[in-house]
Amino acid sequence: MLVDKNKCCYCGGCVSTCPQDALELQEVVLVVDKNKCVNCGICAKFCPVGAITIEK
Amino acid sequence: MKKECDVVVVGAGPAGSIAAKFLAEKGVDVLVLEKKQEIGPPKRCAEGINIQGLEKVGLKPNPRWAVNEIRGVVMYAPSFKSVEMKFGFGYILERKIFEKFLAEEAIKKGARYMVKTHATGVIKKGGKIVGVKAEYMGEELEINAKIVIAADGVDSKIARSAGLNTQNKLTDYHSGFQYEMAGLKNVKKDMLHIYFGNDVAPKGYVWIFPKNDNVANVGIGILGKYSEDGKRAKDYLDKFISKHPEIFETASPIEINTGGVPVSSSVETFVTDGLMVIGDAAQQVNPIHGGGIAIAMNAGKIAAEVAAKAIKEGDFSRERLYEYEKIWRSTNGKKMEKLLRLRNFLEKLGDDDFERFAEILTGADIVKLTEADYGYLLKTVITKFPKLMPMATKFLT
Repeated sequence: MLVDKNKCCYCGGCVSTCPQDALELQEVVLVVDKNKCVNCGICAKFCPVGAITIEK
Repeated sequence: MKKECDVVVVGAGPAGSIAAKFLAEKGVDVLVLEKKQEIGPPKRCAEGINIQGLEKVGLKPNPRWAVNEIRGVVMYAPSFKSVEMKFGFGYILERKIFEKFLAEEAIKKGARYMVKTHATGVIKKGGKIVGVKAEYMGEELEINAKIVIAADGVDSKIARSAGLNTQNKLTDYHSGFQYEMAGLKNVKKDMLHIYFGNDVAPKGYVWIFPKNDNVANVGIGILGKYSEDGKRAKDYLDKFISKHPEIFETASPIEINTGGVPVSSSVETFVTDGLMVIGDAAQQVNPIHGGGIAIAMNAGKIAAEVAAKAIKEGDFSRERLYEYEKIWRSTNGKKMEKLLRLRNFLEKLGDDDFERFAEILTGADIVKLTEADYGYLLKTVITKFPKLMPMATKFLT
C-alpha cells in the first residue's frame, strides 16, 4: 500500500477503515505499519481523493 | 517523563474540550492532549450547528465564531425541484476559532492542555486502563490517570488500543470532500442548501453551507462502499461544481477539507475499565445528515458528569462509567438508532422516488423526519408509494 503525499490531505478518514489497525495519522503524515498491512485495499477504496494505491 | 492527573482527555476537539470544561468546573484535575500543534485546523466538517446544540452545553452564539445565522434548509431533488424547511436558528461556525474558544473556556475553569502531544496508546495494569503513553517534542511521556477519555476523532487509536471495536465499515461510513470557496453567486445566505441524486452523490448529498454573502463550505459525502477510482467524493463534487456555473462561475477554493463521516449511529460500547469514548471516536454522528458537533459536545458533557462522580467515589470500573453510556443511549442514542433505520430506508430509494417525495412532502414533514418522527412518512408510503411498503415495513416499523 502506497500513500501519494501530493494527494493525501491528512484527514485520517482511512485510519478507522483498516481491519488490521495498520494506519495512523501523525501530525501531517499518514503512517502505514507494513507489518500489519495486508494490502486489502479498503482504505484505498474509501479515500476521498484517491491518494492510496495498493501494490500488486 | 511521568505525569499524574485525575482525567486525561485525548483530543481537543469540541467533545474533548467540553468534557474538560465540565470536569474542571467540578474541581477535577484534567489534562487535555492535542496531537496537532494548533487546536482547530484543518477542519473535517461543514461547520453547521443549531442553537439547541450550543445551548445544551451552556454556549451562547458568539460573533467571533458563529459567523453566519441560518434559518432553514433548501433541499433539491435530482430535477432541482426544491423543498424549503425553516427550523428556527442555526449557525455556521468558524471552527478554527470555535475550538480554540472551547479550549480557552476549559482552561479558564482550570483544565490544563498540551499541544503537539501525540497519545500513542493506553497504559494497562491488571486489565484496567490507567493512563496513556504520549510523545511531545521528542520526549516520551507516561501520563497516569484514573480515567482516560478518548475524544480523538474519527482516526481514534486510543479506544482501539484499549480493545474497543471502533472500526468504520464502508457500508456505514461516508467518504467526504469539501472546498471552502469564495466568489459564489446566487446562494441564499441564511439557508443551508442540500442536493440529492444518485448521480450527484450516491447515497449521500452535496451541501452548500454559506459563511457569508460569497463564501461557503461546498462539500459532498458519498457512502464509502460506492467510492472507487473516477467515482470518488472529489470527482462527484468537481462534476457538480462544473455543472452549476450560475453558482460557481466566479468561485475559487480557499481551502480543501476531506474526511470520513461515521453514519452507523454509534460504536458497540463507549466504556471499559478506566476509559470512556466520546464524539466521532464513538461514531456519535447523526446517520441522516452526518452532523456531529452537537452530539459530540453533549456526549462530552454527560461523560464529564459521570466521570466527576466516579472520581469522587473512587470507582473507575466499567460498571460505574457505564452510566454515561446508559444516559446517552436512552436519550441521543434512541434517536440515532431510529435515524439509522430511516437512513437504511432512504438508501433503497431511487431518484424517481426522491422526485415524488419532493412533490408530496412539505418542509414541516421533513423537519419531523430529521427528528426521527416518521409516522407521517409511513402514511405517505401507504397511500402514495405502495411499492415501497415492504421496505418501509422492514426498516421503519
